[in-house]
Amino acid sequence: MTDASMDPAARPAKSGLTVTDARTRKRNAAEKRFRAYGMAAIGLGLLFLLFLFGSILKSGLPAFTHTIVSVEFTMSQADVDDAESKMLKTKAYENFFIAALQSQLEASALDVAFDAKAIERIVGKTGGTIRSHFKDNPGDIGKPVAFELAASSRVDGYFNGRVTRETLVDSRFLQLTDLDLVDALKEAGIIQSAFNWNFITGKDSGVDNPGGAGLGASVIGSFFMMLVVLFLSLPIGVAASIYLEEFAPKNRFTDLIEVNISNLAAVPSIVFGILGLAVFIQFAGLPQSAPLVGGLVLTLMTLPTIIISTRASLAAVPPSIRDAALGVGASKMQSVFHHVLPLAMPGILTGTIIGLAQALGETAPLLLIGMVGFVAREYPEGFIAGFTDANSAMPAQIYTWASRADPGFYEKAWGGIIILLLFLITMNTIAVILRRRFERRW
Amino acid sequence: MSFVKLTTSALAISAVAATAAAARDQVQVAGSSTVLPYASIVAEAFGDNFDFPAPVVESGGSSSGLKRFCEGVGENTIDVANASRKIREKEIKACAEAGVTDIIEVRIGYDGIVFASQIDGPAYTAFEPADIFNALGSKVLVDGAIVDNPHAQWADFNADLPAVDIVAFIPGTKHGTREVFEDKVLLKGCEDTGAMAAMMEAGMSEDDAEDACIDVRQDGKSVDIDGDYTETLARIDANPNGIGIFGLAFYENNTDKLKVATMGGVAPSTETISTGEYPVSRPLFFYVKKAHIGVIPGLKEYASFFVADEIAGPDGPLAQYGLVSDPELSQTQDAVANESTMGGGS
Repeated sequence: MTDASMDPAARPAKSGLTVTDARTRKRNAAEKRFRAYGMAAIGLGLLFLLFLFGSILKSGLPAFTHTIVSVEFTMSQADVDDAESKMLKTKAYENFFIAALQSQLEASALDVAFDAKAIERIVGKTGGTIRSHFKDNPGDIGKPVAFELAASSRVDGYFNGRVTRETLVDSRFLQLTDLDLVDALKEAGIIQSAFNWNFITGKDSGVDNPGGAGLGASVIGSFFMMLVVLFLSLPIGVAASIYLEEFAPKNRFTDLIEVNISNLAAVPSIVFGILGLAVFIQFAGLPQSAPLVGGLVLTLMTLPTIIISTRASLAAVPPSIRDAALGVGASKMQSVFHHVLPLAMPGILTGTIIGLAQALGETAPLLLIGMVGFVAREYPEGFIAGFTDANSAMPAQIYTWASRADPGFYEKAWGGIIILLLFLITMNTIAVILRRRFERRW
Repeated sequence: MSFVKLTTSALAISAVAATAAAARDQVQVAGSSTVLPYASIVAEAFGDNFDFPAPVVESGGSSSGLKRFCEGVGENTIDVANASRKIREKEIKACAEAGVTDIIEVRIGYDGIVFASQIDGPAYTAFEPADIFNALGSKVLVDGAIVDNPHAQWADFNADLPAVDIVAFIPGTKHGTREVFEDKVLLKGCEDTGAMAAMMEAGMSEDDAEDACIDVRQDGKSVDIDGDYTETLARIDANPNGIGIFGLAFYENNTDKLKVATMGGVAPSTETISTGEYPVSRPLFFYVKKAHIGVIPGLKEYASFFVADEIAGPDGPLAQYGLVSDPELSQTQDAVANESTMGGGS
């Protein structure tokens, strides 16, 4: 049978490695489409991210600069005594400053009309700064001191474009004519923009003083909370995972625990806040608004995350390591602590850092334990006081600022988000580096 | 039970090596988010002017603040509750049951409630309580009959108002502001339109009719805002036809975005509110636990500093921010100085 001479037309046309047939083309096209979808998805994600970062930076960067009024003036002992004799001492200092600025302006013959009221509207609440300067440096009394004091939030807004001549509505906070004076002062170099260190290191301020508000005190509050979370959730979480993964018998009870841990990881954080209020404050009698309680609540929230990631990294250590340890006569505990745990450590640390980063950005549970409001006004006086003294936390502070009436605070809230994001990015980067450097694959 | 207590405490205390039981040296305040701005101004100034640490002022609403205030006496309870309404009989009773018997009531001033809308939005320039009731009440009087509110546009019941859809953002029920809105606007509007009389004619008792008057329509035209004024502002920003309810101070801080409507022909301002011409205002209070005076350092000083002329007076920082100062402030000052508690006696 000469079957070799089969009709070439009857054979499936152009098959082979170099020729593509219709079905292959279809498959290739499908793959191309899928890649395009993937790229579109990533592109969309990046676009949102860009938009998010863009809007955060646009709204938040002005918070890092502030407008300052530079004035040199002398307060004699009599002036200080006079101010100290008042009930509202800070206002007396502020009035003194306004008078000093006014006489200086009158001497410098600016060609703008102004009065004391206008100056009062231009400068912010400065009395507290002046008073604390003279309290800390009694030697400066009677000597000329150069002060750089914050301007009011409306003037600040004028400098960074939030307030314009077109949109300004005359009010007791600022009037259109005041802007002429501001421009003249800018020419004269008395008012200028400067980097706002106080925003990074300072404390919260009253609603009428956006210029004096800073995130520093609440950063400290967050720091102490994270200490509590770290030193409670890491040992408890790791101990629980080691026991569950290596020692616990596999039965219904441990299955139940496992399911519950996964469930806990998905519980809304506000629930932990309610629990914290009931257990730690009302029942155990711990102080309200304290970073200690905040840390305890966030520990509860972080534990499931840490347990789940620790168990995953323990399970990833190959059984051969355990068998080898047991084979040379190590006890179960020795094999775990000498061999398995060190190998699982990078994974555990990564999980812990991610858990901490999550806890750092959490506001909802703090609402219920009194860390939201006008809280972060004092720096803690020492290490122990850092845990027990009333303080706020970064996200709680941002939330508080966002709800205040003065638009200056809205700007501060965005600026606070930038700082919080920087912390989160740093923590996540450390987690990535740890994983890259120490993780071992089998 | 005590074992659990012991373990929780031990757990907590072991977290810090030392004791957490150090005496509290800071005044603790909680309550109304309307009073919070003023309290934060005072707290900052108090910390700057005295050798006491600045008090801690938490937010959360009048009711939750008073509830915490009435939890009992002792370092773990708050010293001062801020409230944008008077304390209720029920709350006084709850307080007394928990051992909080001597309460000092301090009235700090008045707060105006204004109706504002987007600055470029429709011309909402003048409202009467009747307009607001016709727009937002759940049952209104149409052609002599009480019916479910049929109005979709403002012009449906008042030709002077713009012909745009009704959308209003009003404070949620946990806010003290809601009560004032109900009493001074909805109820007033209900009486003015004759709806209340019609309801009573239809056989309702006076109390039932009042309850029906302050009932707000539920068809989405009126939106309860449970957050604060910033949220209302954001909603107004996104909705040109929206009307929002704000505190006077909040409005004055945002005049570049909002325009305000008159109520009963009177524009809201500190002057018209202090004379009582502008109808929608309410007193603001804080309540002090007398038992804590002398125990918590700085508590009495804080209370008297708050109501001092330099602070709460017409030229003080609170008035500068938007509080309408109390013409009878000196009586309040005396009451604080004498520690006179509610219900007479000292």
